[in-house]
Amino acid sequence: MDFRFTEEQQMMADAVRSLLADHCQPADLRRMMASDKPRDEARWRQIVEMGLQGVLVPEERGGLGLSEADFVLVAEACGYACLPEPLVENAGVALPLLAAVARDPRAEKLLERALAGDITVAVKHPQNPFIADADAAGAILAVSGGELYLCERSDLELERQESIDPFRRLHSLADRPCPVAAIANVDDIATDLDKAVDRGALFAAAQLLGIAQRAVDLAVAYAIERNQFGKPIGSYQAVKHLLAEAQVNIEFTRPVVHAAAGGFDSGDIHSRARVSHAKLAAAEAADIACRTAVQIHGAMGYSWEVDVHFFLKRALALASWWGDPRFHQERVAQRVFSQPLGAERTFAREAAGG
Amino acid sequence: MDLTYSPEEEAFRAEVRDWMEANVPASPLPSFDASREGFEAHRDWERRLAEGRWGMVTWPEEYGGRGLDLIRWLIFEEEYWRAGAPLRVNQNGIFLLGPTLMEFGTPEQKARFLPKMAAGDEIWAQAWSEPQAGSDLAAVRASAHRDGGDYVLSGHKIWSSRAVFADWAFGLFRTDPESERHRGLSLIFFPLDAPGVRLQPIAQIDGETGFAEIFLEEARVPAFNRLGKEGEGWKICMATAGFERGLMLRSPARFQMAAKRLVELYRAHEKQCGPETRAAVVRSFMETEAYALSIYQTASRLMAGGTIGAEASTNKIFWSEMDIAIHRTALSILGARAELVRTAPAVDDETRWLDGYFFSLAGPIYAGSNEIQKNIIAERMLGLPRG
Repeated sequence: MDFRFTEEQQMMADAVRSLLADHCQPADLRRMMASDKPRDEARWRQIVEMGLQGVLVPEERGGLGLSEADFVLVAEACGYACLPEPLVENAGVALPLLAAVARDPRAEKLLERALAGDITVAVKHPQNPFIADADAAGAILAVSGGELYLCERSDLELERQESIDPFRRLHSLADRPCPVAAIANVDDIATDLDKAVDRGALFAAAQLLGIAQRAVDLAVAYAIERNQFGKPIGSYQAVKHLLAEAQVNIEFTRPVVHAAAGGFDSGDIHSRARVSHAKLAAAEAADIACRTAVQIHGAMGYSWEVDVHFFLKRALALASWWGDPRFHQERVAQRVFSQPLGAERTFAREAAGG
Repeated sequence: MDLTYSPEEEAFRAEVRDWMEANVPASPLPSFDASREGFEAHRDWERRLAEGRWGMVTWPEEYGGRGLDLIRWLIFEEEYWRAGAPLRVNQNGIFLLGPTLMEFGTPEQKARFLPKMAAGDEIWAQAWSEPQAGSDLAAVRASAHRDGGDYVLSGHKIWSSRAVFADWAFGLFRTDPESERHRGLSLIFFPLDAPGVRLQPIAQIDGETGFAEIFLEEARVPAFNRLGKEGEGWKICMATAGFERGLMLRSPARFQMAAKRLVELYRAHEKQCGPETRAAVVRSFMETEAYALSIYQTASRLMAGGTIGAEASTNKIFWSEMDIAIHRTALSILGARAELVRTAPAVDDETRWLDGYFFSLAGPIYAGSNEIQKNIIAERMLGLPRG
C-alpha cells in the first residue's frame, strides 16, 4: 500500500502545468475567444509535441501504455488552466476506445494519424447529448442504434450547439444514416464502452478538481489585494471562512479522484462507484469554489472582465458531462446497497468471478 | 501508486482480527464518563490491549509498542472498530501526550511516563482551557512558581476531559509571571490526587460527567514534570493540538463503521424513508470513504518523510461535520422514537444513535473550535492576512 504518485507521474504533470502556465492564462483565453477559432494552433502544437495522445493506448498499438493514474494529474492541470483544446477527451477517452475497437485497416490508419497528432478523435456517446470538439476533430466515434461507427469528419453533417462555455464546441449530428459501415456492435464491446464512460467521468472529475483549486486561488489573490474599511478583505473572518470551507471540500475530493485513478483498472463495482464518487465530489467542490469566488470578488465577480466566469462555466458544463449527478449517485448507491460495508473495505475488490 | 495491501499487511490484518475476535468484550462496556465502574472497566480493557502489545502499535517496542508504520496503524484501527472494541479511555494520553512526549521528553521522562501510559496503569486528562482562555488559549492565567526543585501550581482549569476519574493531567501554566500571551508558558504534568488539586465534575449536555473543573491550590509537583524547556509550553502545546486534530484521534475506521450501521438502520426502515434519506445515507458512505482515503494519502506521505501541516485543521472540520451528518440522518430515520432514552421500556437500539448524536455535537468545539480551524486554514494554507 503506497498512496503516492511516482516521480515520473509528478514530472509528466509538472511539464504540462508549466506549459499551460506559459501558454494558457486567462489573457490567452480572451485572445482566443475573440478569434472564434476552435484551437490555439501554436499551443496545441506544443501539447501534441509532448506526445501525450497515446498515453492510455497500449504499447503494441503504438501508444505509451500508461495508466489512468499517470494521466489524472494532467487532467487536473487542464482543468486548472481551463484548457480549450481537447487533450483530455482525445487522449483520455477517445484514443484508448479507438485502440480497443480498431480492427480494420481504415480504423488502424485513423488511430495511427491520431497518435501522430495529425488528427483528434471525438466521441458521440449516449451519456452525452452532444459531441464536444467535433468540428475540429478528424474522426468521430459514434454510438448509434446499437452500433459503433467510426466516421471521418467530412462524412458528417454537424450542427453547432452553442455552450455557455465559449471554448466548448458542442455539436449534434444531422439525423441521417452514417455513410460508413459500423465497426462494432455495442454488445460486443460493452466493456470498452463502459471503460470509456468511466474514463470520461474520472477525467472530468480531475478537471473539476483543478477548476475548484483555480477558483479558490483567484479568490484568495483578490482577497489579499482588495481593501475595504482600510484593510484587505481577506483579513476578515467572514471572507476567510468562505474560502476555508471551499478548500476543505477540495482537500476531501482530491484523494477520492486520485484513488479512483489508482484503482481504475479492476473495473469492478467498487472501482466504478469510486469513479462516480470522484465525479460527484469534484462537481460539488468546483460548484462551491466557483460560486465562492464570484462572491468574494463582489460586483467584479459578476463582470465579464474578471476571469472567474471561465471556470464557473466550465464547472457547470463538466458537472453533467459523462454522467449527471443522478447517474453517478445511483452507481454509488448500487455499491452501498449490494456489497458488504465496513472499515476494512476501503480498497475492496469484487471477488473473482463475482 | 499501489492501492493494494501486501501479503505482509494482509497477514498483519489477520493477526489483529484473530486477537480482537478472541478478546473484545462480548457486550459493550458501561460509559467511562458516567461511573467509576465504567472507567475501570475501560482501564481493564487498556491493560488487556497492553498485554497483547496492541496498546499503541506505532510506538517503539521499548515503550510497549510494536514500532509499526502508519499503514499498519490504519489496518489495526480498521480491525479494532470492525470488532466493536471499546472507546480508548486513555486517548488524551496515548494519542496526544504520548507523541508529544516522544518528541520533546527527556529519556528519563519517556521511561517514567510512556510505559505506564501504554499499559493503562496511568490514565490521562488534559488541562488546557480556563474560564477566560478557551479559543484564546494564550490567555491562560494558571501559574507555576518555581520553588527549589518543585513547581507550585495555582489556578483554575476547566473542560478537562476524563479528569473526573483519571490519574494524571497535563496542562499549560504560566512559569514567567511577567509574561504575556504565548510567551512564558510551560507544559506541566500533575497527579489528579495530589494535595491542593480539587475537582468539580461538570455535567455535559447528555448528563454524563466527561469533563471537570480543576482547582489548583498550591499543588506541588517536581520540576521533572515539566515537558520541554521552561517557556516552551506554547510550542509544545501547538504540536499536541496538531496530533489531536490530525491523524490519530479520529481514525477513519470509526466513521466507516458508523456509516455501515447507518446503512443497516436505513435498510430496516426503508419503507418509511423517502429519497432524500436514501441520498443522505449514500452521502455519509461517500464522506467516510473520502476521509479514509485522505488519511491513507497522508499516511503514505508521512511514511515517505513528509510532515503534517494545516491538513490537521481540514481533517478536524471534515470529520466533525460528517459525524453530525451521520447521526442526524440516523435520528431522522428513527423519527419519533429517536428521543427515547435508555430507561424507556419501549427502547430498542435507538439510544446509541442519540448518545452518538450528542457526542457529535462536541466535535466542532473541542480540540480548537471549527471557527478557529477555518482561520488557521485561511492564514496558513491559503496565505490570507491575519485580522
